[in-house]
Amino acid sequence: MVDTSHYLVLSTIVFTIGVVGVLTRRNVIIILMSIELMLNSVNLNLVAFSDRLQDLSGQVFAVFVITVAAAEAAIGLGIVIALFSNKDTVNVDEIDLLRG
Amino acid sequence: MLNTLWLIPLAPLIGFFINGLFGLWKVARTGSGPKKSFVYCVACGSILISLLLSIGCFWALVQLDPEHRLVEQDLFTWISGPALRTAAGELANFHITWGLQLDPLSAVMILVVTGVGFLIHVYSVGYMAEEEGFYRFFAYMNLFMFMMLTLVLSSNYLVMFVGWEGVGLCSYLLIGYYTHKKSAGDAAKKAFVVNRIGDFAFIIGMLMMFTYFGTLDFTDLFHRVGEMFPTPESTWGPLSWIALLLFIGATGKSAQIPLFVWLPDAMEGPTPVSALIHAATMVTAGVYMVARSSAIYSRAPDVLLIVAVVGICTALLAASIALFQQDIKRVLAYSTVSQLGYMFAALGVGAAAAGIFHLMTHAFFKALLFLGSGSVIMALHHEQDMRKMGGLRKYLPRTWWTMGIASLAIAGVPGLSGFFSKDEILWRAFSNPEGHALIWLVGVLVAGMTAFYMMRLMFLTFHGEERLSPEVATHVHESPNVMTVPLIALAIGSVLVGYLGLPAWLGSNAFEHFLEPAFETSYQSAGEPASSGHSTEILLTFVSITLAGIGIFLAYYFFLKNKEKPAQLRKRFSGLHQLIYNKYYVDEAYDFLFVSGGKGWGRWLGAKNWGRYFSAFDNNVVDGAVNGSATITRLAAWLSGQADIHVVDRIVNLVAEVFEFFSSVFRKLQTGLVQRYALSIVIGIILVISFYLYLGV
Amino acid sequence: MEATLFYILATILVVFSILTVTAGNPVRSAVYLVSALLGMAGLFFLLKAEFVGAVQILVYVGGIMVLFLFVIMLVSVREVESQRKASRQWKTAVVLGIVLSFELLFFVVRGSDVFRTETISQGLIEQPQTFNTESVGALLYSTYLLPFEIASVLLLVVIVGAVVLTRKQL
Repeated sequence: MVDTSHYLVLSTIVFTIGVVGVLTRRNVIIILMSIELMLNSVNLNLVAFSDRLQDLSGQVFAVFVITVAAAEAAIGLGIVIALFSNKDTVNVDEIDLLRG
Repeated sequence: MLNTLWLIPLAPLIGFFINGLFGLWKVARTGSGPKKSFVYCVACGSILISLLLSIGCFWALVQLDPEHRLVEQDLFTWISGPALRTAAGELANFHITWGLQLDPLSAVMILVVTGVGFLIHVYSVGYMAEEEGFYRFFAYMNLFMFMMLTLVLSSNYLVMFVGWEGVGLCSYLLIGYYTHKKSAGDAAKKAFVVNRIGDFAFIIGMLMMFTYFGTLDFTDLFHRVGEMFPTPESTWGPLSWIALLLFIGATGKSAQIPLFVWLPDAMEGPTPVSALIHAATMVTAGVYMVARSSAIYSRAPDVLLIVAVVGICTALLAASIALFQQDIKRVLAYSTVSQLGYMFAALGVGAAAAGIFHLMTHAFFKALLFLGSGSVIMALHHEQDMRKMGGLRKYLPRTWWTMGIASLAIAGVPGLSGFFSKDEILWRAFSNPEGHALIWLVGVLVAGMTAFYMMRLMFLTFHGEERLSPEVATHVHESPNVMTVPLIALAIGSVLVGYLGLPAWLGSNAFEHFLEPAFETSYQSAGEPASSGHSTEILLTFVSITLAGIGIFLAYYFFLKNKEKPAQLRKRFSGLHQLIYNKYYVDEAYDFLFVSGGKGWGRWLGAKNWGRYFSAFDNNVVDGAVNGSATITRLAAWLSGQADIHVVDRIVNLVAEVFEFFSSVFRKLQTGLVQRYALSIVIGIILVISFYLYLGV
Repeated sequence: MEATLFYILATILVVFSILTVTAGNPVRSAVYLVSALLGMAGLFFLLKAEFVGAVQILVYVGGIMVLFLFVIMLVSVREVESQRKASRQWKTAVVLGIVLSFELLFFVVRGSDVFRTETISQGLIEQPQTFNTESVGALLYSTYLLPFEIASVLLLVVIVGAVVLTRKQL
């Protein structure tokens, strides 16, 4: 039998992979994808608890998380496109306009 | 044996009379002083007698039971005074005997004073060999020893005060020894006047003590204090006033804030004077006095806090100034002020034994440092500026290794005496109930700074490239044995003396146990005060060793490896550097506030125009009033202009520079790179989670 | 049976997410992410959350990842392969990641006895057969109606915003 704790551990691992991805990669799109990974790990957490506590609120919350993730991905990618058409690069460490 | 106690201060007094009177007579008769060998046999011999007697009396004291280690010897009645009414309404006789008292505390002090004093006298034979007025120097030194021994052996406050004033007088005489140097005379005057301010407070404190307790004798007084104040004062009452006034006296004698300004100037005197008076003995009188009065201080917790805070702030201030000084003796002078600050901090947190322990170890290595610097100064024909030294190691090997040991000791390198005493103070500051972690933190910082400036001194003087001026460079040679053997003796002391007071996790602290009956602490913190156990102590020790190591490494880096770096940093932080290099302008502030007014008074009083003022009274009054008001207006305008230029503008510029400095630091955080910000967010998350972990665990 | 399935899906998820984060080419990265998300959907099904699993596949994989792939095509055309992929702070990042994971795992491990399977069976036995989608839908339209409506407004805002952001002139 699989304890809920197994799911939580898995969720933690995926979350950490996502965090490392956000902090490590230079390409802004891959950073966004790592953020999606983090959101997914949270979803897993929510649904695992929903199963454990036999309360559907967890799944409802997960649906909303997916919705918001979609919204955020859309806007984020829009920003990436705008950035690309202005600066011609998608590497995050070449953009330091707010420096100083 | 113990009834020879009175001979201990007497021997130097006799030496003073012999050398002084015979010297005067001989000069009047023949125009030249007495034979040198005569003078120094008398001088050193008298101190040697005191030293041997001190050792004997110490040994005799140790044979007694620990509870009965108090020997009093009343010599004669000095003041058989009238009966006065005390605050409680009873009658008390102002009766003072010239009494001596030997207990563990004064036994330690006489050993330190006579031991280090003897070595310094021997050294002076070599150092002062070419000076004229040879006999005068040794006469004053002997007089000083008499006064100091009277101070530490006295059994009541008034006799102690005689010694207190006496060492101030000798300090004046010895600082101003070089009569041909105006700066020496000025420095002597400054020392005496600043000391006097403290003495004024001391006198008022003594008067208050008599008024409230009816006696000035230590044993009687402390007994009465214990009766009248069974628990510490919870508000600021008469006991706190007394303690505060005595402490102000101590700040004058022991060069703490605000009366420390005389000690750096006192370096005008010959180097053995700096070693004896301004490192090992006179400046420790304040520490001794506060320690002796522990019965009073332990019942005035507010003043204890003031003592600790003033002590540790002085330590920090002086250490910061020492970082930048170029004169080798000034560095050591500020270092002395800083280490005295440590001792007061120890007293203030209720660890009087640790403070006295540090006093003892400090006497050894500081005297050694001064004598060693004297050796360097002699070898370079009175050159004191470290910018004109360098690479002296091969010319002065003995001086180098003895001063090296002393520097490592003061830096707190494990195994040497300074490590044990300083760490004991730091541990007590952290763990005693009266202590505070902030005091410990500042203390550790100062320890790092101490390591840095001492190694800076060593590297600039003995290592690196030679920057000697050409006419000096040909004559550089090691000092004669009469000077280097005391150095070696002091070096041995600097290493071994520390082992008398091992910290709790290495064994028992024999020194503290010996001193226990002499002190009263309100919480009897002689044992293990906190439940933290040894691991915290070891951890803190480790931290202070690390900081000392960092200090030494930084000194190595800046002065041996990367020699341009100091100049570069000086340019970048020039405002801050100016401030600290000019000793925070404290002397200038005092000059502006007090001295100019005093000098003006003096000039006016000495104008000798009294007759004219009286005879031309009418004209002068009328015209004087009119002109005077005009002058006053102009003066006020000029004053405010000056204040605006010098004070206000400087403050404004300083504020601006401070902000500039800090913003230049913080600006580096704004990189504009989003990923870095994300990194800092993650760091923040980790910290927050750790906080919850800490709460839960 | 369930355990085996769990471990297979978990392995897929972890392996593919690591590949996502470390792949050189953004297209490959996106494809790996798709596979990871499919693994995740499988886990949802395993947890008897069929609605969420289906929504995951339809919306997340079918919508969001496709959007990602479109943008990658638009943007990465001139991507030079030889450029380094990791930023200068990657070593710090890895260390921080490990620290973070240890801290979070600490919490999980400490509370793990709460999650023993025996305690689950206390009266939380199989409900009478209702369909998951039906139940979730019922909840969405009753208790969570307000968030539902707000979510739809949010999506409207996103649509408008995306159009505004990517216009040629402001």
